[in-house]
Amino acid sequence: MYVSPIREPLIKGNKTYSQITKDIAAPIEGKPGKAWYMGISLSLSAMFLGLAMMGWTIWEGIGTWGLNRTIGWGWGITNFVWWVGIGHAGTFISAILLLFRQKWRTSINRSAEAMTIFAVLCAGLFPLIHMGRPLLAFFVFPYPNTRDLWVNFNSPLLWDVFAISTYLLVSLLFWYMGLIPDIGTMRDRVKSKAKKFIYGLLSFGWTGSVKHWQRHEKLSLILAGLAAPLVLSVHSIVSADFATSIIPGWHTTIFPPYFVAGAIFSGFAMVLTLLIVTRKVLNLENYITLAHIESMNKIIIATGSIVGIAYLTELFISWYSGVEYEQYAFLNRAAGPYWWAYAIMMTCNVISPQLLWFRKLRRNLVFTFILSIFINIGMWFERFVIIVTSLHRDYLPSSWSMYKPTLVEVGIFVGTLGLFFTCFLLFIRAFPVIAIAEVKTVVKSSGEKEIKNETL
Amino acid sequence: MRRYISAYFTDEEDLLRASKILMEKEISILDVLTPFPVHGLDKVLGLKESKLPTVGFIAGAIGTIFAFGFQTWAFVVDYPLFIGGKPHFAIPAFIPITFEVTVLFAAFAMVFAFLFRSKLGLGAKNKIHDERITDDRFVIIIDANESDEHFENVKNILEHEDAHDIQLKENQ
Repeated sequence: MYVSPIREPLIKGNKTYSQITKDIAAPIEGKPGKAWYMGISLSLSAMFLGLAMMGWTIWEGIGTWGLNRTIGWGWGITNFVWWVGIGHAGTFISAILLLFRQKWRTSINRSAEAMTIFAVLCAGLFPLIHMGRPLLAFFVFPYPNTRDLWVNFNSPLLWDVFAISTYLLVSLLFWYMGLIPDIGTMRDRVKSKAKKFIYGLLSFGWTGSVKHWQRHEKLSLILAGLAAPLVLSVHSIVSADFATSIIPGWHTTIFPPYFVAGAIFSGFAMVLTLLIVTRKVLNLENYITLAHIESMNKIIIATGSIVGIAYLTELFISWYSGVEYEQYAFLNRAAGPYWWAYAIMMTCNVISPQLLWFRKLRRNLVFTFILSIFINIGMWFERFVIIVTSLHRDYLPSSWSMYKPTLVEVGIFVGTLGLFFTCFLLFIRAFPVIAIAEVKTVVKSSGEKEIKNETL
Repeated sequence: MRRYISAYFTDEEDLLRASKILMEKEISILDVLTPFPVHGLDKVLGLKESKLPTVGFIAGAIGTIFAFGFQTWAFVVDYPLFIGGKPHFAIPAFIPITFEVTVLFAAFAMVFAFLFRSKLGLGAKNKIHDERITDDRFVIIIDANESDEHFENVKNILEHEDAHDIQLKENQ
């Protein structure tokens, strides 16, 4: 395919195929540095704290949480929606950008997909613990039982069960199928017998035959075609958890597109948080370049602006609807006792990404890193605002109440952060963080070449 | 015992050109092994289009029918329950699960079809021709018949197209 010479190269440093293999395999073959050990001990500690708190919740009961009669959903569901949303960037990068033939995805799709899987795992934990008796979680699946009952197919909570489990499984398949050729590369590189055996087993006997590649390409394309509507459906269904219930502030038709945009927005922020550190620590700056960071920032500003418009539309429609409950819900959000959460949400999600209109800031790593954390916080507060402020003022003023998380809830959230980062740190030690084979396909057309003067 | 000729390339353009010429001279190519998908190579070698999309479509259609049919059967026939006064046969409410199950069935069927047809899987014992293939070497494997003339002929063509390390090998 013709690529304009004016375009910035996607892979810098005039790499040969063999150099690409070596550079990307290096973090797995070398010994982990001090930073890695520090990272994993921190994330493991957080994970064990979370496990202890989950254990306490299950042992003692859901009463250890700050929920009450009025506010039945609080921290747990906020975290659930936040984590599912973060997962969406991975599928967006690997599926939707594949369908749009965006070559820059090849440097970031692998790690983003891994992030998707870990984020969805973390998300799935919350409804599970929220049930109170996780050992009976299989009740949510429609299986023939002695009570002769079926689950409620009309309930968006059940749709969620199907959406999240399908999303997790399909993402896992997509990610692993992409990994097979690269695991083959690792199998052929490692020296120790044990490692060779393990990678050999995991590579599924990959040979690189032309027929296999032909099928592999087809498979990736069709899986991408399936995953693209899937990712849009997942957060739409999550939003239906709220939108189908008759609670002012939740009962709106704007929710599905608004949630999907928000999910991709927060997901890209998390990808940036992870990759800005990863590229530095693993010396992959030639593969994940400033051009990649800038492209992601452009998606952040696009989706961030959609989120901003959605917030304003919500406000306008609540006034325009003439429904006093609806009007009160939004007035209470902005100026009620949780005004600070609303203010954090507005600042982080609407105002701060607008700074990315400046090219200098889009290409500034420190700024992008700080902004990505701001967006993560802002998107967490968005879910908190939607859930808690809509619930805390019930129709009956006698039911009005306030919500404050307990240490147990905070601990569980910290625990999922620990689980997420532990998984990611183990992943970068075990598998190539960049799709080696895919990068090789774009290096000729979009890699850095010696300066040619003939066309310019 | 079967003999074959193997030749190495370091660039996919050379490989493509060589394959084209070999195909034109009707020399049978057994396999081509590459570190990444080389676009257009399957066309040059005259490989048939993969039928994976068909597998995906059929499995997806089964998923659609199964999910929609099951929900309908459970809520209309087996145990009709009144939920908020809504109809038993609530088509819009059945759509999300129907869609998810469709995607799930199609994805799993295609992946298993791919692994099955390519003889890939946990513990698959495929011959690794050369460890450099997953790095930066492109290998072309050509059927060798008994005559030395054939080998010389193929060797000439390949050398002309920048192939390295052209060897006559034997399969055990």
